[in-house]
Amino acid sequence: MSLLNIKDLTQYFGGLCALSNYNLALDSSELLGIIGPNGAGKTTLFNLITGVYKPTRGSIEIAGIEIGKKTSCEITSLGVARTFQNIRLFNELSVLDNVRIAHYSQKKYHPLQALFRSKRFNTEENEIINHSFELLNFFGIKEFHKESAKNLPYGLQRKLEIARALATNPKILLLDEPAAGMNPSEIQGLLKLIRGIKEEFKLTVILIEHQMRLVMNICERIQVLNFGSVIAEGTPREIQNNAKVIEAYLGKENS
Amino acid sequence: MIINDYFTLILMYIGINIILATSLNLINGYMGEFSVGHAGFMLTGAYVSSALTVLLFPSNYLIFLFPVAIILGGLASALIGLIVAIPSFKTRGDYLAIVTFAFNMIVISAVQNMDALGGARGFMGMDRLTNLASVIVWTIICILVIRNFVYSKFGRGAEAIREDEIVADLMSVNTREVKIWAFVISSFFAGIAGGLLAHLIQYINPSMFGILKSTDILIMVYLGGVGSIMGSILGATIFTVLLEILRPLQMWRMVVMPLILVFLMLFLPRGIMSLKEFKWFIPKREKK
Repeated sequence: MSLLNIKDLTQYFGGLCALSNYNLALDSSELLGIIGPNGAGKTTLFNLITGVYKPTRGSIEIAGIEIGKKTSCEITSLGVARTFQNIRLFNELSVLDNVRIAHYSQKKYHPLQALFRSKRFNTEENEIINHSFELLNFFGIKEFHKESAKNLPYGLQRKLEIARALATNPKILLLDEPAAGMNPSEIQGLLKLIRGIKEEFKLTVILIEHQMRLVMNICERIQVLNFGSVIAEGTPREIQNNAKVIEAYLGKENS
Repeated sequence: MIINDYFTLILMYIGINIILATSLNLINGYMGEFSVGHAGFMLTGAYVSSALTVLLFPSNYLIFLFPVAIILGGLASALIGLIVAIPSFKTRGDYLAIVTFAFNMIVISAVQNMDALGGARGFMGMDRLTNLASVIVWTIICILVIRNFVYSKFGRGAEAIREDEIVADLMSVNTREVKIWAFVISSFFAGIAGGLLAHLIQYINPSMFGILKSTDILIMVYLGGVGSIMGSILGATIFTVLLEILRPLQMWRMVVMPLILVFLMLFLPRGIMSLKEFKWFIPKREKK
Protein backbone atom coordinates (compact mmCIF):
# COMPACT_ATOMS: atom_id res chain seq x y z
CA MET A 1 0.00 0.00 0.00
CA SER A 2 1.29 3.42 -0.82
CA LEU A 3 2.19 6.00 1.82
CA LEU A 4 0.26 8.84 0.21
CA ASN A 5 -2.82 8.03 -1.81
CA ILE A 6 -4.77 10.78 -3.52
CA LYS A 7 -7.91 10.06 -5.51
CA ASP A 8 -9.88 12.40 -7.78
CA LEU A 9 -8.81 15.48 -5.86
CA THR A 10 -10.61 18.58 -7.12
CA GLN A 11 -10.52 22.11 -5.80
CA TYR A 12 -12.59 25.04 -6.98
CA PHE A 13 -12.08 28.65 -5.90
CA GLY A 14 -15.42 30.15 -6.85
CA GLY A 15 -15.72 29.32 -10.52
CA LEU A 16 -12.00 28.76 -10.97
CA CYS A 17 -10.82 25.19 -11.07
CA ALA A 18 -7.41 25.14 -9.37
CA LEU A 19 -7.01 21.38 -9.41
CA SER A 20 -9.12 18.80 -11.20
CA ASN A 21 -9.27 15.03 -10.73
CA TYR A 22 -5.73 14.78 -9.45
CA ASN A 23 -4.48 11.27 -8.63
CA LEU A 24 -1.30 10.18 -6.94
CA ALA A 25 0.04 7.02 -5.34
CA LEU A 26 3.32 7.75 -3.65
CA ASP A 27 5.43 4.92 -2.25
CA SER A 28 7.70 5.06 0.73
CA SER A 29 11.12 6.72 0.11
CA GLU A 30 10.16 8.01 -3.33
CA LEU A 31 11.22 11.47 -4.52
CA LEU A 32 8.56 12.98 -6.72
CA GLY A 33 9.03 16.25 -8.56
CA ILE A 34 6.08 18.41 -9.54
CA ILE A 35 6.64 21.08 -12.15
CA GLY A 36 4.38 23.33 -14.11
CA PRO A 37 3.87 26.96 -15.05
CA ASN A 38 2.77 29.50 -12.44
CA GLY A 39 -0.84 29.01 -11.40
CA ALA A 40 -0.89 25.36 -12.41
CA GLY A 41 -2.14 24.25 -9.01
CA LYS A 42 1.07 22.98 -7.43
CA THR A 43 0.89 24.94 -4.19
CA THR A 44 -2.87 24.33 -4.03
CA LEU A 45 -2.04 20.63 -3.98
CA PHE A 46 0.27 21.13 -0.99
CA ASN A 47 -2.35 23.21 0.77
CA LEU A 48 -4.88 20.41 0.26
CA ILE A 49 -2.54 17.68 1.52
CA THR A 50 -1.73 19.69 4.65
CA GLY A 51 -5.36 20.61 5.34
CA VAL A 52 -5.05 24.37 4.79
CA TYR A 53 -7.84 24.00 2.22
CA LYS A 54 -10.61 21.43 2.34
CA PRO A 55 -11.04 19.82 -1.08
CA THR A 56 -14.20 20.37 -3.10
CA ARG A 57 -14.09 16.69 -4.04
CA GLY A 58 -11.84 13.70 -3.69
CA SER A 59 -9.91 11.93 -0.98
CA ILE A 60 -6.42 12.00 0.52
CA GLU A 61 -5.08 9.07 2.52
CA ILE A 62 -1.85 9.17 4.50
CA ALA A 63 -0.59 5.69 5.44
CA GLY A 64 -4.14 4.40 5.03
CA ILE A 65 -5.76 7.13 7.13
CA GLU A 66 -8.27 9.38 5.37
CA ILE A 67 -7.55 12.99 6.37
CA GLY A 68 -11.13 14.12 5.71
CA LYS A 69 -12.02 16.76 8.27
CA LYS A 70 -8.75 16.61 10.22
CA THR A 71 -7.17 19.93 11.14
CA SER A 72 -3.72 20.91 9.91
CA CYS A 73 -2.06 20.08 13.20
CA GLU A 74 -3.58 16.59 13.23
CA ILE A 75 -2.39 15.99 9.67
CA THR A 76 1.11 17.13 10.63
CA SER A 77 1.04 14.64 13.50
CA LEU A 78 0.28 11.90 10.95
CA GLY A 79 3.66 12.62 9.41
CA VAL A 80 3.39 15.35 6.79
CA ALA A 81 5.59 18.43 7.01
CA ARG A 82 6.13 21.23 4.56
CA THR A 83 8.07 24.35 3.73
CA PHE A 84 6.75 27.41 1.97
CA GLN A 85 7.29 29.06 -1.38
CA ASN A 86 7.90 32.43 0.27
CA ILE A 87 9.70 31.62 3.53
CA ARG A 88 7.31 31.75 6.48
CA LEU A 89 9.37 31.53 9.65
CA PHE A 90 8.30 32.83 13.05
CA ASN A 91 10.31 35.98 12.43
CA GLU A 92 10.49 37.56 15.87
CA LEU A 93 11.32 34.28 17.62
CA SER A 94 14.75 32.79 18.03
CA VAL A 95 16.11 30.14 15.68
CA LEU A 96 15.93 27.61 18.52
CA ASP A 97 12.31 28.48 19.32
CA ASN A 98 11.34 28.10 15.67
CA VAL A 99 12.49 24.49 15.82
CA ARG A 100 11.18 23.86 19.34
CA ILE A 101 7.66 24.96 18.41
CA ALA A 102 7.46 22.19 15.83
CA HIS A 103 7.77 19.57 18.60
CA TYR A 104 4.40 20.59 20.01
CA SER A 105 2.34 17.48 19.28
CA GLN A 106 5.11 14.99 20.04
CA LYS A 107 5.20 15.99 23.69
CA LYS A 108 2.03 15.33 25.58
CA TYR A 109 2.46 17.03 28.95
CA HIS A 110 -0.57 18.79 30.38
CA PRO A 111 -0.67 22.58 30.96
CA LEU A 112 -0.95 21.99 34.71
CA GLN A 113 2.25 19.93 34.57
CA ALA A 114 3.87 22.93 32.90
CA LEU A 115 2.54 25.32 35.56
CA PHE A 116 3.89 23.17 38.39
CA ARG A 117 7.10 22.29 36.52
CA SER A 118 6.56 18.57 37.06
CA LYS A 119 9.19 15.93 36.40
CA ARG A 120 7.52 14.90 33.15
CA PHE A 121 7.55 18.51 31.97
CA ASN A 122 11.27 18.81 32.68
CA THR A 123 12.29 15.59 30.93
CA GLU A 124 10.15 16.32 27.88
CA GLU A 125 11.39 19.91 27.61
CA ASN A 126 14.97 18.66 27.80
CA GLU A 127 14.23 16.15 25.05
CA ILE A 128 12.85 18.97 22.90
CA ILE A 129 15.95 21.10 23.44
CA ASN A 130 18.36 18.26 22.72
CA HIS A 131 16.55 17.19 19.57
CA SER A 132 16.34 20.81 18.38
CA PHE A 133 20.07 21.30 18.83
CA GLU A 134 20.75 18.04 16.96
CA LEU A 135 18.71 19.34 14.03
CA LEU A 136 20.32 22.79 14.08
CA ASN A 137 23.71 21.09 14.20
CA PHE A 138 22.85 18.91 11.20
CA PHE A 139 21.97 22.00 9.19
CA GLY A 140 25.02 23.90 10.44
CA ILE A 141 23.04 26.74 12.04
CA LYS A 142 23.55 25.81 15.69
CA GLU A 143 25.74 28.84 16.35
CA PHE A 144 22.84 31.16 15.43
CA HIS A 145 20.34 29.56 17.82
CA LYS A 146 19.82 32.75 19.86
CA GLU A 147 19.39 34.96 16.81
CA SER A 148 15.92 36.07 15.69
CA ALA A 149 14.90 34.09 12.63
CA LYS A 150 14.39 37.29 10.62
CA ASN A 151 18.08 38.21 11.04
CA LEU A 152 19.39 35.11 9.28
CA PRO A 153 20.60 35.44 5.69
CA TYR A 154 18.24 34.10 3.05
CA GLY A 155 20.00 30.79 2.46
CA LEU A 156 20.06 29.96 6.15
CA GLN A 157 16.40 30.89 6.48
CA ARG A 158 15.65 28.24 3.85
CA LYS A 159 17.66 25.73 5.87
CA LEU A 160 15.95 26.71 9.10
CA GLU A 161 12.59 26.21 7.45
CA ILE A 162 13.54 22.68 6.44
CA ALA A 163 14.94 22.01 9.92
CA ARG A 164 11.69 23.22 11.45
CA ALA A 165 9.68 20.96 9.15
CA LEU A 166 11.85 17.98 10.10
CA ALA A 167 11.33 18.73 13.80
CA THR A 168 7.72 17.56 13.42
CA ASN A 169 9.15 14.08 12.73
CA PRO A 170 7.58 13.65 9.30
CA LYS A 171 7.40 10.66 6.97
CA ILE A 172 6.53 12.84 4.01
CA LEU A 173 8.28 16.16 3.38
CA LEU A 174 6.71 18.65 1.00
CA LEU A 175 9.20 21.18 -0.36
CA ASP A 176 7.65 24.18 -2.09
CA GLU A 177 10.22 25.78 -4.39
CA PRO A 178 13.20 25.45 -2.05
CA ALA A 179 15.57 26.78 -4.70
CA ALA A 180 13.67 30.01 -5.35
CA GLY A 181 16.11 32.91 -5.33
CA MET A 182 19.24 30.76 -5.20
CA ASN A 183 22.26 30.98 -7.46
CA PRO A 184 23.64 27.89 -9.27
CA SER A 185 26.23 27.07 -6.62
CA GLU A 186 23.65 27.36 -3.84
CA ILE A 187 21.39 25.06 -5.86
CA GLN A 188 24.20 22.49 -5.92
CA GLY A 189 24.36 22.70 -2.14
CA LEU A 190 20.60 22.33 -1.87
CA LEU A 191 20.72 19.28 -4.11
CA LYS A 192 23.16 17.59 -1.75
CA LEU A 193 21.13 18.68 1.26
CA ILE A 194 17.88 17.22 -0.07
CA ARG A 195 19.58 13.92 -0.91
CA GLY A 196 21.22 13.96 2.52
CA ILE A 197 18.08 14.54 4.57
CA LYS A 198 16.16 12.01 2.50
CA GLU A 199 18.65 9.31 3.52
CA GLU A 200 19.25 10.52 7.08
CA PHE A 201 15.61 10.93 8.06
CA LYS A 202 14.19 8.18 5.80
CA LEU A 203 11.85 10.57 4.06
CA THR A 204 9.49 10.49 1.16
CA VAL A 205 9.79 13.81 -0.62
CA ILE A 206 7.54 15.78 -2.93
CA LEU A 207 9.37 18.68 -4.52
CA ILE A 208 7.77 21.62 -6.30
CA GLU A 209 10.37 23.46 -8.30
CA HIS A 210 10.97 25.74 -11.23
CA GLN A 211 14.71 25.17 -11.39
CA MET A 212 14.93 22.43 -14.02
CA ARG A 213 18.55 21.72 -13.11
CA LEU A 214 17.47 20.67 -9.64
CA VAL A 215 14.38 18.71 -10.63
CA MET A 216 15.99 16.82 -13.48
CA ASN A 217 18.99 15.91 -11.33
CA ILE A 218 17.30 14.70 -8.24
CA CYS A 219 13.84 13.32 -9.01
CA GLU A 220 13.08 9.75 -9.99
CA ARG A 221 9.60 10.61 -11.14
CA ILE A 222 8.16 13.90 -12.35
CA GLN A 223 4.59 15.08 -12.75
CA VAL A 224 3.79 18.07 -14.88
CA LEU A 225 0.75 20.13 -13.94
CA ASN A 226 -0.93 22.69 -16.15
CA PHE A 227 -4.25 24.44 -15.43
CA GLY A 228 -4.94 22.07 -12.56
CA SER A 229 -4.48 18.76 -14.31
CA VAL A 230 -1.57 16.40 -14.88
CA ILE A 231 -0.44 16.66 -18.48
CA ALA A 232 2.54 14.33 -18.23
CA GLU A 233 4.19 11.94 -15.84
CA GLY A 234 7.40 9.95 -16.05
CA THR A 235 11.16 9.90 -15.62
CA PRO A 236 13.13 13.12 -16.20
CA ARG A 237 14.19 11.93 -19.66
CA GLU A 238 10.62 11.19 -20.74
CA ILE A 239 9.44 14.57 -19.48
CA GLN A 240 12.16 16.49 -21.30
CA ASN A 241 11.00 15.08 -24.63
CA ASN A 242 7.28 15.25 -24.03
CA ALA A 243 5.54 17.43 -26.62
CA LYS A 244 2.75 18.57 -24.26
CA VAL A 245 5.26 19.74 -21.67
CA ILE A 246 7.26 21.72 -24.18
CA GLU A 247 4.01 23.28 -25.36
CA ALA A 248 2.97 24.26 -21.82
CA TYR A 249 6.30 25.91 -21.10
CA LEU A 250 7.32 27.35 -24.47
CA GLY A 251 4.06 27.56 -26.39
CA LYS A 252 2.97 25.88 -29.60
CA GLU A 253 5.14 25.98 -32.68
CA ASN A 254 3.44 27.97 -35.41
CA SER A 255 2.50 25.79 -38.32
CA MET B 1 8.11 51.15 61.34
CA ILE B 2 4.83 52.66 60.34
CA ILE B 3 3.88 52.47 56.71
CA ASN B 4 1.58 55.22 55.76
CA ASP B 5 -1.96 54.03 54.91
CA TYR B 6 -2.01 55.94 51.67
CA PHE B 7 1.27 54.40 50.60
CA THR B 8 -0.06 50.89 51.36
CA LEU B 9 -3.19 51.59 49.34
CA ILE B 10 -1.13 52.64 46.33
CA LEU B 11 0.99 49.49 46.66
CA MET B 12 -2.17 47.38 46.62
CA TYR B 13 -3.45 49.18 43.51
CA ILE B 14 -0.10 48.54 41.86
CA GLY B 15 -0.30 44.83 42.74
CA ILE B 16 -3.83 44.48 41.37
CA ASN B 17 -2.87 46.34 38.22
CA ILE B 18 0.17 44.10 37.75
CA ILE B 19 -2.11 41.05 37.89
CA LEU B 20 -4.42 42.66 35.31
CA ALA B 21 -1.63 43.73 32.97
CA THR B 22 0.32 40.45 33.09
CA SER B 23 -2.80 38.39 32.47
CA LEU B 24 -3.90 40.55 29.54
CA ASN B 25 -0.37 40.45 28.16
CA LEU B 26 -0.77 36.70 27.74
CA ILE B 27 -3.57 37.25 25.20
CA ASN B 28 -2.55 40.55 23.59
CA GLY B 29 1.21 40.34 23.88
CA TYR B 30 2.28 36.72 23.70
CA MET B 31 -0.58 35.39 21.59
CA GLY B 32 -1.03 38.60 19.59
CA GLU B 33 -4.83 38.56 19.73
CA PHE B 34 -6.55 41.83 20.47
CA SER B 35 -8.82 41.43 23.48
CA VAL B 36 -10.44 44.67 24.68
CA GLY B 37 -12.82 43.19 27.23
CA HIS B 38 -10.52 42.35 30.10
CA ALA B 39 -12.60 44.38 32.57
CA GLY B 40 -15.51 42.06 31.81
CA PHE B 41 -13.60 39.18 33.40
CA MET B 42 -12.71 41.45 36.30
CA LEU B 43 -16.37 42.22 36.83
CA THR B 44 -17.25 38.52 36.94
CA GLY B 45 -14.61 37.84 39.60
CA ALA B 46 -15.57 40.91 41.61
CA TYR B 47 -19.29 40.13 41.69
CA VAL B 48 -18.97 36.39 42.29
CA SER B 49 -16.52 36.76 45.17
CA SER B 50 -18.47 39.68 46.71
CA ALA B 51 -21.76 37.79 46.48
CA LEU B 52 -20.10 34.85 48.22
CA THR B 53 -18.60 36.84 51.10
CA VAL B 54 -21.67 39.05 51.63
CA LEU B 55 -24.61 36.76 50.93
CA LEU B 56 -23.43 33.21 51.39
CA PHE B 57 -20.42 32.71 53.62
CA PRO B 58 -20.93 32.99 57.43
CA SER B 59 -19.39 36.24 58.60
CA ASN B 60 -17.47 34.70 61.54
CA TYR B 61 -15.18 32.70 59.27
CA LEU B 62 -14.70 35.25 56.54
CA ILE B 63 -10.97 35.63 57.12
CA PHE B 64 -10.48 31.97 56.28
CA LEU B 65 -13.10 31.82 53.56
CA PHE B 66 -11.91 34.96 51.78
CA PRO B 67 -9.26 33.12 49.68
CA VAL B 68 -11.92 30.56 48.75
CA ALA B 69 -14.25 33.34 47.59
CA ILE B 70 -11.46 34.94 45.56
CA ILE B 71 -10.56 31.63 43.91
CA LEU B 72 -14.21 30.82 43.12
CA GLY B 73 -14.53 34.30 41.58
CA GLY B 74 -11.47 33.54 39.47
CA LEU B 75 -12.88 30.17 38.42
CA ALA B 76 -16.22 31.71 37.42
CA SER B 77 -14.31 34.21 35.34
CA ALA B 78 -12.19 31.43 33.82
CA LEU B 79 -15.37 29.61 32.80
CA ILE B 80 -16.49 32.71 30.90
CA GLY B 81 -13.00 32.96 29.42
CA LEU B 82 -13.50 29.45 28.09
CA ILE B 83 -16.65 30.60 26.29
CA VAL B 84 -14.94 33.71 24.87
CA ALA B 85 -12.10 31.48 23.58
CA ILE B 86 -14.46 29.73 21.18
CA PRO B 87 -15.00 32.66 18.78
CA SER B 88 -11.22 33.13 18.76
CA PHE B 89 -10.90 29.83 16.85
CA LYS B 90 -12.45 31.39 13.79
CA THR B 91 -11.65 35.07 14.03
CA ARG B 92 -8.73 37.20 15.08
CA GLY B 93 -7.38 40.75 15.01
CA ASP B 94 -9.92 43.55 14.71
CA TYR B 95 -12.80 41.12 14.53
CA LEU B 96 -11.91 39.37 17.77
CA ALA B 97 -11.62 42.83 19.33
CA ILE B 98 -15.27 43.42 18.43
CA VAL B 99 -16.24 40.07 19.96
CA THR B 100 -14.47 40.83 23.26
CA PHE B 101 -15.87 44.37 23.27
CA ALA B 102 -19.36 42.93 22.89
CA PHE B 103 -18.64 40.47 25.67
CA ASN B 104 -17.68 43.35 27.98
CA MET B 105 -20.98 45.11 27.21
CA ILE B 106 -22.98 41.91 27.72
CA VAL B 107 -21.67 41.20 31.23
CA ILE B 108 -22.24 44.82 32.23
CA SER B 109 -25.84 44.91 31.09
CA ALA B 110 -26.44 41.45 32.55
CA VAL B 111 -25.38 42.67 36.00
CA GLN B 112 -27.24 45.96 35.60
CA ASN B 113 -30.41 43.91 35.29
CA MET B 114 -29.76 41.66 38.27
CA ASP B 115 -31.64 43.20 41.17
CA ALA B 116 -30.29 40.69 43.68
CA LEU B 117 -26.83 42.15 43.06
CA GLY B 118 -27.96 45.75 43.25
CA GLY B 119 -28.31 46.27 39.51
CA ALA B 120 -26.92 49.56 38.23
CA ARG B 121 -26.82 50.98 41.77
CA GLY B 122 -23.96 48.71 42.61
CA PHE B 123 -23.22 46.22 45.33
CA MET B 124 -21.77 46.82 48.77
CA GLY B 125 -21.42 45.31 52.20
CA MET B 126 -18.07 43.64 51.68
CA ASP B 127 -15.61 43.78 54.53
CA ARG B 128 -12.19 45.20 53.78
CA LEU B 129 -10.67 41.73 53.53
CA THR B 130 -7.96 42.57 51.01
CA ASN B 131 -4.69 43.51 52.64
CA LEU B 132 -1.21 44.12 51.35
CA ALA B 133 -0.11 40.54 52.08
CA SER B 134 -2.91 38.94 50.08
CA VAL B 135 -2.27 41.26 47.13
CA ILE B 136 1.44 40.44 47.17
CA VAL B 137 0.78 36.69 47.37
CA TRP B 138 -1.64 36.79 44.43
CA THR B 139 0.68 38.99 42.39
CA ILE B 140 3.51 36.51 42.87
CA ILE B 141 1.27 33.55 42.03
CA CYS B 142 0.07 35.32 38.90
CA ILE B 143 3.59 36.17 37.71
CA LEU B 144 4.81 32.61 38.40
CA VAL B 145 1.90 30.93 36.62
CA ILE B 146 2.15 33.18 33.57
CA ARG B 147 5.92 32.73 33.44
CA ASN B 148 5.62 28.94 33.66
CA PHE B 149 2.95 28.93 30.98
CA VAL B 150 4.91 31.19 28.67
CA TYR B 151 8.09 29.14 28.96
CA SER B 152 6.45 25.86 27.97
CA LYS B 153 5.28 24.39 24.67
CA PHE B 154 1.97 26.22 25.18
CA GLY B 155 3.60 29.62 25.53
CA ARG B 156 5.78 28.99 22.51
CA GLY B 157 2.63 27.87 20.69
CA ALA B 158 0.97 31.16 21.64
CA GLU B 159 3.94 33.10 20.26
CA ALA B 160 3.79 31.03 17.08
CA ILE B 161 0.12 32.01 16.75
CA ARG B 162 1.16 35.66 17.04
CA GLU B 163 3.79 35.29 14.34
CA ASP B 164 1.77 33.22 11.84
CA GLU B 165 -1.27 31.24 12.88
CA ILE B 166 -1.54 29.06 9.77
CA VAL B 167 2.10 28.05 9.95
CA ALA B 168 1.76 27.37 13.69
CA ASP B 169 -1.01 24.92 12.88
CA LEU B 170 1.09 23.32 10.14
CA MET B 171 3.99 22.91 12.56
CA SER B 172 1.73 20.70 14.70
CA VAL B 173 0.74 23.37 17.25
CA ASN B 174 -2.78 22.61 18.45
CA THR B 175 -3.91 26.24 18.18
CA ARG B 176 -7.33 25.58 19.75
CA GLU B 177 -5.80 24.02 22.83
CA VAL B 178 -3.34 26.91 23.20
CA LYS B 179 -6.08 29.54 22.79
CA ILE B 180 -8.38 27.86 25.31
CA TRP B 181 -5.68 27.66 27.97
CA ALA B 182 -4.42 31.18 27.34
CA PHE B 183 -7.94 32.60 27.68
CA VAL B 184 -8.74 30.49 30.75
CA ILE B 185 -5.56 31.47 32.60
CA SER B 186 -5.83 35.11 31.58
CA SER B 187 -9.46 35.46 32.62
CA PHE B 188 -8.86 33.52 35.85
CA PHE B 189 -6.37 36.15 37.02
CA ALA B 190 -8.55 39.02 35.82
CA GLY B 191 -11.27 37.54 38.04
CA ILE B 192 -8.84 37.31 40.95
CA ALA B 193 -7.88 40.96 40.49
CA GLY B 194 -11.57 41.91 40.40
CA GLY B 195 -12.22 40.05 43.66
CA LEU B 196 -9.27 41.71 45.37
CA LEU B 197 -10.34 45.16 44.19
CA ALA B 198 -13.93 44.63 45.34
CA HIS B 199 -12.80 43.72 48.85
CA LEU B 200 -10.44 46.67 48.92
CA ILE B 201 -12.75 49.51 47.95
CA GLN B 202 -15.83 47.73 49.37
CA TYR B 203 -18.17 48.97 46.68
CA ILE B 204 -18.60 47.88 43.09
CA ASN B 205 -20.95 48.82 40.32
CA PRO B 206 -21.13 47.51 36.76
CA SER B 207 -19.96 50.68 35.02
CA MET B 208 -16.65 50.58 36.93
CA PHE B 209 -15.74 47.61 34.73
CA GLY B 210 -16.58 49.14 31.37
CA ILE B 211 -14.55 49.71 28.27
CA LEU B 212 -12.68 52.56 30.01
CA LYS B 213 -11.27 50.15 32.58
CA SER B 214 -10.36 47.71 29.79
CA THR B 215 -8.59 50.56 28.02
CA ASP B 216 -6.61 51.36 31.16
CA ILE B 217 -5.34 47.78 31.25
CA LEU B 218 -4.51 47.89 27.54
CA ILE B 219 -2.48 51.05 28.14
CA MET B 220 -0.51 49.36 30.93
CA VAL B 221 0.27 46.41 28.65
CA TYR B 222 1.35 48.46 25.64
CA LEU B 223 3.18 51.02 27.74
CA GLY B 224 5.29 48.37 29.43
CA GLY B 225 5.79 46.31 26.33
CA VAL B 226 4.01 43.34 24.78
CA GLY B 227 5.32 39.83 25.29
CA SER B 228 7.22 40.67 28.47
CA ILE B 229 6.30 40.02 32.09
CA MET B 230 8.69 42.71 33.29
CA GLY B 231 7.02 45.03 30.79
CA SER B 232 3.62 44.47 32.37
CA ILE B 233 5.03 45.03 35.86
CA LEU B 234 6.63 48.29 34.75
CA GLY B 235 3.59 49.37 32.76
CA ALA B 236 1.20 48.76 35.66
CA THR B 237 3.50 50.47 38.16
CA ILE B 238 4.23 53.53 36.04
CA PHE B 239 0.58 53.94 35.11
CA THR B 240 -0.62 53.73 38.73
CA VAL B 241 2.10 55.96 40.12
CA LEU B 242 1.73 58.57 37.37
CA LEU B 243 -2.01 58.83 38.05
CA GLU B 244 -1.21 59.54 41.72
CA ILE B 245 1.68 61.93 41.12
CA LEU B 246 -0.44 63.96 38.73
CA ARG B 247 -3.34 64.18 41.18
CA PRO B 248 -2.49 67.81 42.24
CA LEU B 249 -3.04 68.88 38.64
CA GLN B 250 -6.72 67.98 39.11
CA MET B 251 -8.57 68.48 35.85
CA TRP B 252 -5.34 68.85 33.90
CA ARG B 253 -4.36 65.35 34.88
CA MET B 254 -6.41 63.95 32.02
CA VAL B 255 -4.50 66.17 29.62
CA VAL B 256 -1.01 65.53 30.92
CA MET B 257 -1.40 61.77 31.34
CA PRO B 258 -2.41 61.06 27.72
CA LEU B 259 0.33 63.43 26.53
CA ILE B 260 2.93 61.45 28.44
CA LEU B 261 1.57 58.30 26.81
CA VAL B 262 1.71 59.83 23.34
CA PHE B 263 5.37 60.75 23.79
CA LEU B 264 6.24 57.36 25.25
CA MET B 265 4.67 55.69 22.23
CA LEU B 266 6.54 58.02 19.87
CA PHE B 267 9.93 57.22 21.35
CA LEU B 268 9.29 53.64 22.48
CA PRO B 269 6.69 52.41 20.00
CA ARG B 270 6.86 48.82 21.23
CA GLY B 271 6.69 49.67 24.90
CA ILE B 272 9.43 50.02 27.45
CA MET B 273 10.60 46.39 27.30
CA SER B 274 9.68 45.75 23.62
CA LEU B 275 9.62 41.92 23.58
CA LYS B 276 12.66 41.69 25.84
CA GLU B 277 12.46 39.98 29.20
CA PHE B 278 14.14 40.72 32.49
CA LYS B 279 16.54 37.88 33.30
CA TRP B 280 14.88 36.93 36.61
CA PHE B 281 11.78 35.83 34.75
CA ILE B 282 13.60 33.58 32.31
CA PRO B 283 13.94 29.98 33.54
CA LYS B 284 17.44 28.48 33.66
CA ARG B 285 16.80 26.03 30.83
CA GLU B 286 16.14 28.90 28.44
CA LYS B 287 19.47 30.61 29.06
CA LYS B 288 21.67 27.93 27.49
